[in-house]
Amino acid sequence: MARTGLADPMQPVLRLDGIVKQFPGVRALDGVQLALYPGQVTALIGENGAGKSTIVKTLTGIYQPDEGQILLDGQPVRFPTAQAAGDAGITAIHQETVLFDELSVAENIFIGHAPRTRFGLIDKAEMRRRAREILDSIGATIDPDVRLRDLGIASKHLVAISRALSIDARVVIMDEPTAALSHKEIEELYELVETLKAQGKAILFISHKFDEIFRIADRYTVFRDGQFVGEGLMADVTEGELVQMMVGRSVDQIFPKRKAVLGNPVLQVVGYSHPTEFDSIGFTLRRGEILGFYGLVGAGRSEFMQSLIGITKPSKGVCKMGDDIVIIRSPAEAIEAGIVYVPEDRGKQGAITAMPIFQNVTLPSLGKTSRNGFLQMAEEFKLAREYTQRLDLRAASLDVPVGSLSGGNQQKVVIAKWLATQPKVIILDEPTKGIDIGSKAAVHDFMSELAAQGLSVIMVSSEIPEIMGMSDRAIVMREGRIAAELEGDDLSPETLVRHAAGITSEAAA
Amino acid sequence: MNALLKSRESILVGAILALLVLIATRFAGFVAPANLAAVFNDTSPLIILALGQMVVILTRCIDLSVAANLALTGMVCAMLNVAYPDLPIIVILMLALALGAIMGTVNGLLVWKLDIPPIVVTLGTMTIYRGIIFLISDGKWVNAHEMSPAFTAFPRAALLGLPVLSWVAIAVIIVMAVVMARTTLGRSFYAVGGNPHAAVYTGINVGKAQFRAFVISGTLAGLAGYLWVARYAVAYVDIAGGFELDVVAACVIGGISIAGGIGTVGGAVLGALFLGVIKNALPVVDISPFWQLAISGAAIIIAVVFNARADHSKGRVILKSAEHAQ
Repeated sequence: MARTGLADPMQPVLRLDGIVKQFPGVRALDGVQLALYPGQVTALIGENGAGKSTIVKTLTGIYQPDEGQILLDGQPVRFPTAQAAGDAGITAIHQETVLFDELSVAENIFIGHAPRTRFGLIDKAEMRRRAREILDSIGATIDPDVRLRDLGIASKHLVAISRALSIDARVVIMDEPTAALSHKEIEELYELVETLKAQGKAILFISHKFDEIFRIADRYTVFRDGQFVGEGLMADVTEGELVQMMVGRSVDQIFPKRKAVLGNPVLQVVGYSHPTEFDSIGFTLRRGEILGFYGLVGAGRSEFMQSLIGITKPSKGVCKMGDDIVIIRSPAEAIEAGIVYVPEDRGKQGAITAMPIFQNVTLPSLGKTSRNGFLQMAEEFKLAREYTQRLDLRAASLDVPVGSLSGGNQQKVVIAKWLATQPKVIILDEPTKGIDIGSKAAVHDFMSELAAQGLSVIMVSSEIPEIMGMSDRAIVMREGRIAAELEGDDLSPETLVRHAAGITSEAAA
Repeated sequence: MNALLKSRESILVGAILALLVLIATRFAGFVAPANLAAVFNDTSPLIILALGQMVVILTRCIDLSVAANLALTGMVCAMLNVAYPDLPIIVILMLALALGAIMGTVNGLLVWKLDIPPIVVTLGTMTIYRGIIFLISDGKWVNAHEMSPAFTAFPRAALLGLPVLSWVAIAVIIVMAVVMARTTLGRSFYAVGGNPHAAVYTGINVGKAQFRAFVISGTLAGLAGYLWVARYAVAYVDIAGGFELDVVAACVIGGISIAGGIGTVGGAVLGALFLGVIKNALPVVDISPFWQLAISGAAIIIAVVFNARADHSKGRVILKSAEHAQ
């Protein structure tokens, strides 16, 4: 990768100095600094809650800093509105793209600054032509007339980037742009970043993934707890040093997987098929085993898991728990059979934030804590107390709504909820997606502990180190089918990627 | 949230008391116990309907057909009474509950099985139910002299100093309080409204819970239908016209979140009483009924603003120092 020219005494396009942002009772940013240079990628690194989102919002005119200054080309500026930041050439591509689903690609690219005819009406032909030009310049083969909702996430990113280019952005902020992308799409994004660099854009790249930071960033800036910790050139820093700056302590990136003693088969799935989503899925899960499910986004892993717990119905297939065939037609029946699913999007699909902690925990276990439809409050509290204590949940009382807890504690409530059903099989869908390195280690620890206690875990993950580090065995899915089942020496990053991408063994060998 | 809701309810109690004090300065007789009991009695149908509506709103739906359901049930009861004057009241009550439940079932099935937005379903059934009243009655009124004395006397009969109508409302309040706080059914309503995506994974059938909410709302509307027609001793196509909006307003004023998942029986009852006091007090203190509408409207907006502010998160604790300071 080209890292030439870094030694030049280059002036930053945009410089933030001594930024303080105060919320009632909270200093979200406490005198932070950040510099972005033309033609370079600066990675902004920090754990969840370090203040990364706040700085992005400050840069894009959504928040006003209480103290400190923003210098554009050395001149102090203020961004009272998002429009002002846009006019100054600062644009952000968010985790969830903020585009308009019902508008066409061209309309999305030019919304707010569409070319006009001489009567002041939108010049559609011109808009389409220029959209085509911009899309071509980044090598995107998207039809400018297609409605945005018909595009995949990766294509939406391309539209967002085209929009950035259309307003002649000088600073492009990418907030976890790869979070929802598959391997191939990420590669395309990297190429695009190189294109933007070559055009002299200053890029702020926010990511949790160290491999990608080292791959594409030229510089780094680290925040911790709302404060500036350090900055420098990527070439001068190691992964360990960055992690240490982030967490303020050294973290060994060792997966805590204990060598498990595997017991009898707990769950056997044979020939699970769905008309459109997956075909002939079969495997055996043993007691105390962590079974990894790897695949690219859209390989059908979550879809299969959802049918296993009865949310969608398979057209064929048999599911056996122990020696008995079980028929699961609804999540309630899955819970009864001892299979629980912790969904990927825990914010949306996890806790009920307006409900007290104890009610959240007992929700899937209400059969046990009620008689004839009447709730037994004492038993509810007992169950909730038992499992929240096991997870070391910190809360003033079990009566407070989950919404008042911190993110980490909310997650504990969600996990306590599922453990309280005393499952035999727990399915964790992307258990560490989007969480910081410290919390990741805690989740991994916990997973090992569950397996050691005899619970069988199915872990759906798109992160190779996690699959490698945690699973006893890994199943690779591709295009709705099982591409490989890997174990022991066969389980390597290369084999995972090869099977997931569909590269045949001979070709790779 | 419990503490917050309690405080929200105590604010409502405070508002009602303040209103009463204000009215007492103009017309002391209003706050006499007998008159307050009369106000409660007058508000009873609104309380009964608001409790049904509350359940529906908790599950992120809305039932606009309650007033039409009330009117149709009331008309059927009145016509039955005219045709069979000897039919015992208990049979008429059962029929009213059953007919209301059937109309609620129709709403619920359309929402659950056909996945039609509740506002569209109940807007449609509202019109259909009103239309059916016209068809079965030919647009004619059923007047007091056609009804049997027993039929019209039931809601007015005094029991321990209060009319039966008031006692029915009190019974509904108690039953609903138990259902919402102490049964798995009540819990499922809160879960579905609080986070339908999460509720699915915990084994709750979201559509079915919404269906049940509509059945409850319909049943209570049916009950209110007989009581209404018997109390006012008249049945015609347009009775309780527009009353569904009062019912929704009572819920909103009572702190039932229109976004679902938040709200209590106490809140809905207080919301209904607040409207009841305004409706009964303004004429006696000589304020035009048009002001009454404006005041009800203002109360709704104030309640919504208040709820929205209460829901506002207070920002995140990010700095370690701030966390310790708390």
